[in-house]
Amino acid sequence: MPLHTEPRLADPDGFYAALMEAHRGLDSEASRRLDARLVILLANHIGDAETLREAIALAREGLAPERPAADTGDRP
Amino acid sequence: MPGTYANPRYPFRRPAALDHGRVEEAGVAVVGAGVVGLTVALDLARRGLRVVLLDEDDTVSFGSRAICWAKRTLEIYGRLGLGARLLEKGVTWNTGRVFFRDREAYSFNLLPEEGHEYPAFVNLQQYYVEEWLVDACEATGLVDLRWKSRVAAVEPRADGALLGVETPEGGYRLHAAWLLACDGARSLVRESLGLPFLGQVFRDRFLIADVVMRAAFPAERRFWFDPPFHPGQSVLLHRQPDDLWRIDFQLGWDADPEEEKRPERVRARVAAMLGPDIPFDLEWVSVYTFRCRRIGRFRHGRVLFLGDAAHQVSPFGARGGNGGVQDADNLGWKLAAVLRGEAPEALLDSYDAERVPAADENILNSARSTDFITPKNEAARAYRDAVLELAGRHALARPLVNSGRLSRPAVLAASPLSTPDAVPWGEGLPLGASAPDAPVQRDGEPDWLLRHIGADGGFTLLCFGQGSEAPPGIARLVVSAVPAPGALWDHSGLAARRFGAGPGDCLLLRPDQHLAARFRGGATAEAVRAARDRALAIPNRRGAA
Repeated sequence: MPLHTEPRLADPDGFYAALMEAHRGLDSEASRRLDARLVILLANHIGDAETLREAIALAREGLAPERPAADTGDRP
Repeated sequence: MPGTYANPRYPFRRPAALDHGRVEEAGVAVVGAGVVGLTVALDLARRGLRVVLLDEDDTVSFGSRAICWAKRTLEIYGRLGLGARLLEKGVTWNTGRVFFRDREAYSFNLLPEEGHEYPAFVNLQQYYVEEWLVDACEATGLVDLRWKSRVAAVEPRADGALLGVETPEGGYRLHAAWLLACDGARSLVRESLGLPFLGQVFRDRFLIADVVMRAAFPAERRFWFDPPFHPGQSVLLHRQPDDLWRIDFQLGWDADPEEEKRPERVRARVAAMLGPDIPFDLEWVSVYTFRCRRIGRFRHGRVLFLGDAAHQVSPFGARGGNGGVQDADNLGWKLAAVLRGEAPEALLDSYDAERVPAADENILNSARSTDFITPKNEAARAYRDAVLELAGRHALARPLVNSGRLSRPAVLAASPLSTPDAVPWGEGLPLGASAPDAPVQRDGEPDWLLRHIGADGGFTLLCFGQGSEAPPGIARLVVSAVPAPGALWDHSGLAARRFGAGPGDCLLLRPDQHLAARFRGGATAEAVRAARDRALAIPNRRGAA
């Protein structure tokens, strides 16, 4: 299922306000936790792997730097 | 430290080559008498082949090391005559339980269905398995076990490998037509061939402790994320026989390994976990790091790599030892077929084609588990904690909890040895998978299906009902929905269901019990023979000029 990229929220201001309200009073660690929970709940709701891959790619756009070339190379 | 186990010491036997000074000739030499080397040596010997098995030490493993033996491994040891012994001595478990901070987040059952001879896992110290494998190898009379025999030089050749072997009584040279490298993560054979490992190092340290105690924990795998007794890190608990418990503490990269191994320090960690009322003794302590990596190919001419010499994984998921035993299971029958002249050497390329993807699957799974257990940055930790918090309350998050994806038998999905289905098969065992077990009755006695597949060391044509004939050299095994003479009675219908087979269908299983071909409605002897030839990498006879 392709990711919807056209506007779909009936009450965009209302959604945005609810999101801000949820973050109100949280320190940055708790806020990060809230966002993480939200992503997991919504990802499960969407379910479709292709849609999620597309969303991750779209969200990642323009966020330099590219993933650093990891501390993963293990040379003999 | 107390001892629940005393390591046997095996005698050094002076090989004739030390006296005559010539290069000794061997058909098959195995380097490394660990679990994997012993398993492949036993498998080959049971197929009638002579094996020289070289090991630098004179005993089995120190410390419990690999302890979780998966169902597939137990089935393989069943075929090799040791399954019942592992089952009897080992601690059977099917349940895993995951805790986050002070509460349970999630539990899972690894074998939710009945009707298998072996459970999802038994826990058993590696030294028992190795000791029994040594005994079984000796009993064949075909395994020449050479202890205190260190391979110091390896020279690969077109016709095998020339080894320089050092012993307490001097050195000698041994030429092996085939060399199986089972010499572990620091494989000298690998180094001698200049083969690099490719993969990932994880920046974390773990403390592993075998603790003797009488405790009321049930026989299940318990995993804690960020528990009150070991804040910010993870802990894993497994029960072993002899009142021995395995506790694995995550320490973080900055921990000092020498300091962490000090008994009083380990005692404090264990006491914090158990509380003040449970007395315990330490039996074995080690601090380790791990890597997820492999060499590019596992076959290099006449030299083949198995187990940790070929690939390494993190311990989360029990994929190291179990993966290595599957290597041995995959290679044994192939090498035997080549040495008996029943198959071309090209058959051994399929060891690469089948076990490299299997190793990659193990590496992928164990690397992902490690990423979950050891978050690499703040975002990763936030997501992990979010998953664990949600999992306590909502089923949706539970599949994301990753404390180790436990070893499953490899499905050799892209195997060149499999014959594609002529018609779509639908539900049931996929091609390349290892055969499922099922309860059956034979002559009125309870029995298990897997005991009869590959029982004579060869291919098996599994026939659901009468009909198909097996060509010469292939055992025919009839499974019947009703009691019938000479047939296994599939009284529960589980065999038919698990294979997705109905009356008249037949399936060709390899000597390692993996599915090579299947025929809806039966097969001619010629079709079965063609599938068997393909599984032996024999070129198509009709296609040959």
